[in-house]
Amino acid sequence: MTDTPHTDPIPEVRAQSRFARAWDSDVGYAFRHSPVAVISATVTAILILAAVFAPLIAPHDPFNPATLNLLNGLTAPGVPSAFTGETFILGTDDQGRDVFSTILYGMRVSLFVGFAAVTFALVLGVTLGLIAAYVGGWTETIIMRIADIQLTFPSILVAMLIFGIAKGITPIEYRDQVAIAVLILAIGLSDWVQFARVVRGATLVEKNKEYVQAARLIGRSPFVIMARHILPNVLSPVLVIATISLALAIIAEATLSFLGVGAPPTEPSLGTLIRIGQTFLFSGNWWILVFPAATLLVLALSVNLLGDWLRDALNPRLR
Amino acid sequence: MDASPFSAPSRLDAPAPSPHNRWMLSFILRRVFQSVLVLLVVGLVAFAMFRFVGDPIDTMLGQERTMADIERLREVLGLNKPFFIQYWDFLVRAVQGDLGISYRQGRPVAEIIAERLPATLELALVSGALALFFGIVLGIFTAIRRDGITAHFVMTVSLIGVSLPTFLIGVLLIYGFGVGIDIRIPFTDTVINTGGMPTFGRGDTDIVFGWFFGGFRSGFGTWDGVQSIILPAITLGLYQMTLIMRLVRAEMLEVLRADYIRFARARGLGDRAINFRHALKNTMVPVITVTGLQLGSIIAFAIITETVFQWPGVGLLFINAIQFVDIPVMAAYLMLISVMFVAINLIVDLLYVFIDPRLRVS
Repeated sequence: MTDTPHTDPIPEVRAQSRFARAWDSDVGYAFRHSPVAVISATVTAILILAAVFAPLIAPHDPFNPATLNLLNGLTAPGVPSAFTGETFILGTDDQGRDVFSTILYGMRVSLFVGFAAVTFALVLGVTLGLIAAYVGGWTETIIMRIADIQLTFPSILVAMLIFGIAKGITPIEYRDQVAIAVLILAIGLSDWVQFARVVRGATLVEKNKEYVQAARLIGRSPFVIMARHILPNVLSPVLVIATISLALAIIAEATLSFLGVGAPPTEPSLGTLIRIGQTFLFSGNWWILVFPAATLLVLALSVNLLGDWLRDALNPRLR
Repeated sequence: MDASPFSAPSRLDAPAPSPHNRWMLSFILRRVFQSVLVLLVVGLVAFAMFRFVGDPIDTMLGQERTMADIERLREVLGLNKPFFIQYWDFLVRAVQGDLGISYRQGRPVAEIIAERLPATLELALVSGALALFFGIVLGIFTAIRRDGITAHFVMTVSLIGVSLPTFLIGVLLIYGFGVGIDIRIPFTDTVINTGGMPTFGRGDTDIVFGWFFGGFRSGFGTWDGVQSIILPAITLGLYQMTLIMRLVRAEMLEVLRADYIRFARARGLGDRAINFRHALKNTMVPVITVTGLQLGSIIAFAIITETVFQWPGVGLLFINAIQFVDIPVMAAYLMLISVMFVAINLIVDLLYVFIDPRLRVS
C-alpha cells in the first residue's frame, strides 16, 4: 500500500525554512555577492512598502479637500509657508497639496496598475503559450499568428489603441470609474506576447520528455498535464520576463497617464503628477515636476536592474 | 532572447533552397502574402471600430429623427448589407483614399492626415539621421577606446538614456533648455541662463514642396523652424541613438577580434585603415537592419514627443482623437501606421537577403 511511512532522506535540509533554503541556493549566493542586485532589491522593496503603507506614512491626505489649505499653495520644499508657517519636505502644488504625500499615493496607483497588468499579461500569455505548444495544429497557428501580428507594432501603440476603443465603448458617465481597469487591460493585452512566445518555446521542449509521456500514459487529462506537470518546469524564464515587464508596464502606465489617456484626475499616478508638474515649469515651481519624475525614474531603474540581474542569475549559459 | 520586437519568423523557418532563384521567389512571395494578411487583419480591426464603437447612425442624425430617416441612412451607408460586404466596401474606399469624416473636426480624415503627415515625417527623418550619425560615431569611439575614461562615461550615460521614458527626456530637455537653469560662472557676477530654445510647435514653415493638399510644408527655410525641431528631434532620437551605439560597439568589438583583423595588423596596416576600411564595413549589415526596423518605432514614439512639444503631426492628432473618441481618425491612423510598419518590415527583410549573401546560399 502507499500508506507506509515515508522517511525523508534529507531531514535537516527540509527542516530549513523556505527563506533559508532560498538564501543558501545558487541564486541566493549570486544575490548576496552582487551589490547592484542588493541595492536595487532594497530600493524596490522600500518603494513598494512606502506605496502599500502610504496612508500611514503620508503626512497629509491629498484627497481630502477638508485638510487642504489654499494658503499653503506653491510652498517651496523645506521652506515654511509664508502664510501658515507649515513646512513641507517636498513642497506643495497650487492647491496646497503636500507633494510628498501625492507621490506616495501616486506610486500606489502606478505600482497597482503595473502589477495587475503584468499579472494579467502573464496569466493570458502563459495559458495561450501552453495551449499553443501542447495542442498544436490550427490552435497553435492562430495563436502564434496573432502574436506575430501584434509584435509588428510597438506595445505602447497597442495599449493606446485598446484604451481608445475601450473609452469609445464605455458610456461617458462611467469613464473615470473604469479608467484604471481599462488601463490594466490595455497594458496587459499589449504585453502578453512575450510570455506566450517564451512559454511556447519551453513547452515544445518539455512536452517530448519522458515525464510528460509517462503522465499521458497513466491517463492524466491534458489540462492536468499542462497545469501540474509542464507549467512548473517552464516558469523560470517567465519570472525574468515578468520582472522586466513590470518596469516596462510602470513606464507604459506613466506614459499613457502623462499623455492624458491613462489614470483619471481623481486617482493620479506618477505619470499624471508629472503631467500636472509640467504645467508649472515655466512659473519656476520645479519641485512639482522634479520629485515625481525622480521617483518614477528610481522605481523603473531599480526594477529594471533587478530584472537584468535575475536574467543573468537564472540563465547559467550567460555566466 | 530576441531583443528586437520585430523578428520575422519566416526568415528562420525558411526551407533549404535547392535552386536558389526559386527559393528567393517563394521567400518574397510568402513575405508579401504575409504582409497583405496583416494589413487585412488590421483593416478588419479598423472596420470593426467604425462599425461597433458607437452607432454611426446616432452620431450622424440628431435628436429629431424618424424611423424612416434611420432606415434611409442605413440604406445609404450600406449598413444593412452583410458584414463582409461592408468590410469589402470599407477596404475599397480606404484604398481609394476615402477614410471617412472626423467626428470632431467635421472634415475628411484623409485631408487632415495629409496636412499633418509632413510634420511627423520631418521630425522622424531628422531624429533618425541624428540617431544614426551620433550612434555610429559614438559606437566606433567606445569600441576602439573601450578602456578609456571617456568611453566608460559614454556607456554609463547611455544606460540612463535607455531607462529614461521618452516623455521624461522631453520634459527634462524643456526644463534644461527651454525654461533654463541659471548658472553662475565662478569668481564673477555673470549669470548664464541655459534656456531660450523654442519648446512649442513647429515655428515658421515657409518652404512648400508639391501642390497636393496645400503642399508639403517644411520648417527648414527659417531659423525659427530649424531651432524648433532641435529639442523634439533629440528627445525622439536619444533612445534610438543609444540603441545604435550599443549595437555598433558590440559588433565592432566582435569584428575586431576576428582573424582577418589580426592578419591586417600583422601586415602592418595602420589603425585608421583597419578600423574604418575593414572593421566598420562588416558591422554595417546588422546596423542597417536595426535602423530600418527602428524607423517604424520612431514614428510610433513620435506620438509621445509630439504631445510633449505640441508638434502638429499625426501623433498629436491620434492622441487628441483618443481623448475625444474620434473613431474615424483613430481607425485611419491605425491603418496608416500599419501600412508604414508592414512596408518597412517587408523592405528590411528583403534588403537583408540582398545585402547578406550568406542568407541566400545557406
